[in-house]
Amino acid sequence: MMASSEVLRVEHVAKRFGALTALRDVNLRLEKGEVLGLIGDNGAGKSTLIKIICGFHRPDSGRLLVNGDEVVLRSVDHARSLGIDTVYQGLALINELSVYHNMFLNRELRVGPLLNNRAMRRLARDHLADMGVNIANVSSEVAKLSGGQRQAVAVARAVYSDAKILLLDEPLAAMGAKEGALILDLIRDLKARGDVSVIIIAHNYAQVLDVCDRVNLLQHGSITFDKPTSEVSLEELTELVVAEYRNRRLRGD
Amino acid sequence: MTGTLPRQKETPAQRDRRLLTLLRTGGTVLVRWREASVLIVAIAMAIYFRASSDVFLTYANLRNIAQATAPAAIVAVGIVLLLVSGEIDLSVGVVAALAPFLVHYAVDLWGVPVIPAFLIAFAVAAFIGFCNGFVVTKFKVPSLVATLGSYYLLLGVLLTTSHAYPAEIPAAAQGKIQTIFGAGDWSSLIWCLGVVVVYHIVLTRTRWGLHTISVGGNLIGATEAGIRANRIKIGNFMMAAMLAALAGLLEAFRINSIDPNIGGGTALVFTAISAAVIGGTALAGGSGTVIGALLGALILAELQNGFNLIGISANPFNIILGSAILLSMIANQYLSRLRRTGGG
Repeated sequence: MMASSEVLRVEHVAKRFGALTALRDVNLRLEKGEVLGLIGDNGAGKSTLIKIICGFHRPDSGRLLVNGDEVVLRSVDHARSLGIDTVYQGLALINELSVYHNMFLNRELRVGPLLNNRAMRRLARDHLADMGVNIANVSSEVAKLSGGQRQAVAVARAVYSDAKILLLDEPLAAMGAKEGALILDLIRDLKARGDVSVIIIAHNYAQVLDVCDRVNLLQHGSITFDKPTSEVSLEELTELVVAEYRNRRLRGD
Repeated sequence: MTGTLPRQKETPAQRDRRLLTLLRTGGTVLVRWREASVLIVAIAMAIYFRASSDVFLTYANLRNIAQATAPAAIVAVGIVLLLVSGEIDLSVGVVAALAPFLVHYAVDLWGVPVIPAFLIAFAVAAFIGFCNGFVVTKFKVPSLVATLGSYYLLLGVLLTTSHAYPAEIPAAAQGKIQTIFGAGDWSSLIWCLGVVVVYHIVLTRTRWGLHTISVGGNLIGATEAGIRANRIKIGNFMMAAMLAALAGLLEAFRINSIDPNIGGGTALVFTAISAAVIGGTALAGGSGTVIGALLGALILAELQNGFNLIGISANPFNIILGSAILLSMIANQYLSRLRRTGGG
């Protein structure tokens, strides 16, 4: 039976790239307002899974249910129209464009055929101020921003797109302590709002335990561990991943 | 996000800040407004040639310069679109030469009226652009190589079908149509300015332009953001080919002969790429300006014309041209670094 508050369900999803099996058989569910931590070793297929949920890749088999309805995502735009938005590891920012153009990338506000730069500038400024992100001039090129500011712009873009399911691919990578705290605060704010569900890929398990409600471990192309964070300790999580590494070394992979 | 917003009244503090920004912008205009340096060069050159020759700024000579600038600038606009989206098209010169022949074939051989014949020429050009874009995006052939191939292919088609002989302007196209499309004194310049204005707006003020910059600046990121990169690139290939067709038609009607050598050599496409590059468009993709390309084409036309007037032979012209391209590329690199680090 499916819980009524379930916003996303992934059933038996598999994906191959040529000879490489990225995902073997993934089952995953996400509740409304929940923050789910997705952990796993490098190459476990975390990013592939995210890219399937956001409509970038199509699964070879298996199915996706959004709010209980089966969907076949045709494109990133299609997923977005269903309220699924992503902050990619590479951030998908265009260095040559301004902060506000980046925040509205592929969702530009227009007056007739022309861009409504004035409105986008103002909204971008307001959104960033709401998030407590300090960017002096939203008209400056993204290339001029610090790593944390770039991350914040990418997160702000996804958050303010009315996303109901937000996918964050390593949002805390390459961030200083202060900037990381900013993103964690932002995720907590989202959680407090209660209507946005989040999947976070992260390598820092302390941060996962800190901000997530539940944690899933992706191993060998399927989810092998699924527990509320209240029932796991940092040691247990670390041990899970390290044991996997040790086993692989013993097998000589 | 919704688009409707109440307009707010400006407070004095906001106005002060705006004025300050305005001043700061003015101070760094050379760094910020990349066309400014090219404009200064164009003006300086005009002053120098005027000082060296009384003829340079006469009505007749200005018309000569305008007529040399226009076709190169129109083709260069298409090249800018492609360079900004991270591609290039070497075949546009032949498309320019082919377009008037298509009109000639349609009118004189197949009995098509002039205006539909024009549409055929533009449709064929668009199809050629589509094929170029398709090969580049679907088969992942680098555009330099793919369009080198289509350059030779189309050149072969052009020379075979025309027997490498010029043709006359079709009788039905002579008169008013010919005057409007290139034969009038300032006709090609007017077309050129129209194209420049439209595409300046397209590149800087529309979604298409923003996505063109995105695709050239960060292809993976743009795709992840849901931008259909292939569609943007193919569209730009099509527009570049159609602009080349326009330039070719204007040129044929102006010189009153349909000549396979208009762009059949590499002259037109190389001039257009030079104009784009001198105008400040980077080959790496992600940035470029249409107005810069117009100014680049103007500089090249001034140089050629001025050298002629002073009596310097055409041969050293290439030395100047080559140096100008190298210098502007180096300046471009340097200025973009300045732009990125300073002038926030």
